[in-house]
Amino acid sequence: MMMRWLLIFLLLPCLVQAEEVVLGLSRDRVAITTSFDGSDILIFGAVKREAPIAEVPLGVVITVAGPSAPVLVRRKSREFGIWVNTDAVEVDLAPSFYVVASTGPIREVLSNVEDLRHKISIDRAIRSVGAPDTIRDSRNFTNALIRIRRNDDLYQESEGKVVLAEQTLFRTSVKLPANLVEGDYTIRTFLTREGRVVSKHETTIDVRKVGLERWLYTLAQEQAMLYGLMSLAIAALAGWLASAAFAMLRR
Amino acid sequence: MQIYLPIAEVSVNAFLLLGLGGLVGILSGMFGVGGGFLITPLLFFVGIPPAVAVATSANQIVASSVSAVLAHFRRRTVDLKMGSILLTGGLIGSLLGVFIFNYLKSIGQVDLLVRLCYVVFLGIVGALMFVEGINAARRAKRAATQGRPTVKRRDHSGLIHKFPFKMRFRTSGLYISVIPPVLVGLFVGVLSAVMGVGGGFIMVPAMIYLLGMPTKVVIGTSLFQIIFVTAFTTMAHAVTNQTVDVVLAILLLVGGVIGAQLGTQIGLRLKAEQLRILLATLVLLVCGKLALELLLQPGELYSLTSVAR
Repeated sequence: MMMRWLLIFLLLPCLVQAEEVVLGLSRDRVAITTSFDGSDILIFGAVKREAPIAEVPLGVVITVAGPSAPVLVRRKSREFGIWVNTDAVEVDLAPSFYVVASTGPIREVLSNVEDLRHKISIDRAIRSVGAPDTIRDSRNFTNALIRIRRNDDLYQESEGKVVLAEQTLFRTSVKLPANLVEGDYTIRTFLTREGRVVSKHETTIDVRKVGLERWLYTLAQEQAMLYGLMSLAIAALAGWLASAAFAMLRR
Repeated sequence: MQIYLPIAEVSVNAFLLLGLGGLVGILSGMFGVGGGFLITPLLFFVGIPPAVAVATSANQIVASSVSAVLAHFRRRTVDLKMGSILLTGGLIGSLLGVFIFNYLKSIGQVDLLVRLCYVVFLGIVGALMFVEGINAARRAKRAATQGRPTVKRRDHSGLIHKFPFKMRFRTSGLYISVIPPVLVGLFVGVLSAVMGVGGGFIMVPAMIYLLGMPTKVVIGTSLFQIIFVTAFTTMAHAVTNQTVDVVLAILLLVGGVIGAQLGTQIGLRLKAEQLRILLATLVLLVCGKLALELLLQPGELYSLTSVAR
């Protein structure tokens, strides 16, 4: 009886979570100021474990996702000799920013089933439910969304960019581009063995406009009339100032 | 120097924006056009979202027009009476235009229609002005070589003089009915609301050819009414869509107001025919570019639009 209890006690950590992620970030918030021109975030961490290191090599996958929103993807086609927007598919939810970094090629580190369950790769992170009946190739629209955002550095796949040392310490760096949308950015870390997720960890990083940027944005949203009048006043004043300055110069 | 724009939510080079504003300001002072048909496509090119580009350029046009119109006031080349009458028609027209715009939006394809509007109107106006400018230049040359002074005859038999409610416009040296100016203002107002521009490029030729105003007065008067039409547009965008980026506007207008002053100086040194030919060439260039975009296969067939946040 005593022996059986001991056995269960010893096996329990293996069954629940034998390895745990301890994560650190070079910064826990990103402030968008007037001179904001992108930012680098260093993500580093360690694997905490009670048992000895298993034989199978460890894989690490890290994702950073910006706030998600629906996106309308339009396609042009030729009608009467000119190029016109004809078809449109609404992608239900797509992150404004998405990075997947891993220790090796994604399919080696992560199995397809696990990818589906945790929505890790870019394809899976985008949710597209239904297209109108008239469109047979809705896949092309999702691909176009990924292609366009990838060209803008908004979607990045960094295979092999996570450095893992001694099966325990890992780090990677993520470049946030200048055209960033504000909101909560989610950072997920997955530890995998043989493509299976053995442990995961999630945290958020706060991306916010601050100072003048914050003030103007809030004013434009909440006091639209005042903001409009202010813009016009600035315009009229600037026009008058320039005119007066030139008149003085000529005299 | 990169600067992050709070409403557009992109980071762009500040000097690039100053330069763009300056360039458009020069054109605005020279020709009396607001420059909306130039600055909006230029902003798209820099990477500003279209909705923000349209709304903010309206705001910047207010600034450069104020700057230019003050320069014209000092030279007494603004016909306030004519301007106010055009403006009355213009404001009614832009209200009507907003109504038409929203109707088109509800049936879809408003983008295409706006683009086609641009190509058609820029094409017609540009071509007419170009031909007329060349003819005028040739006439002036012939008159100079023959040593015979060109007598400016005013046609009093046209349709325009058949309307009632005649009024004297001293600055323009005209004695015509108020109905044609109101109609011109109304028509330009509708177009400017639909196309999202001040409408100077239509207003200027309309004043010259339809109302028979002298070119020197036309520019100041056109600028005078553009100020109010674009101010109206700015407010409409700020209140309904929150797409006016004041930081972007300030950068553009600092360049713009200086450019407008320089442009006014350049404009006064050029002959009326030369001004017309130059403006016509510019209008035709923009028209050609827009037409090509419609005709040639775009590099990326797909485009992204965010659905209301």
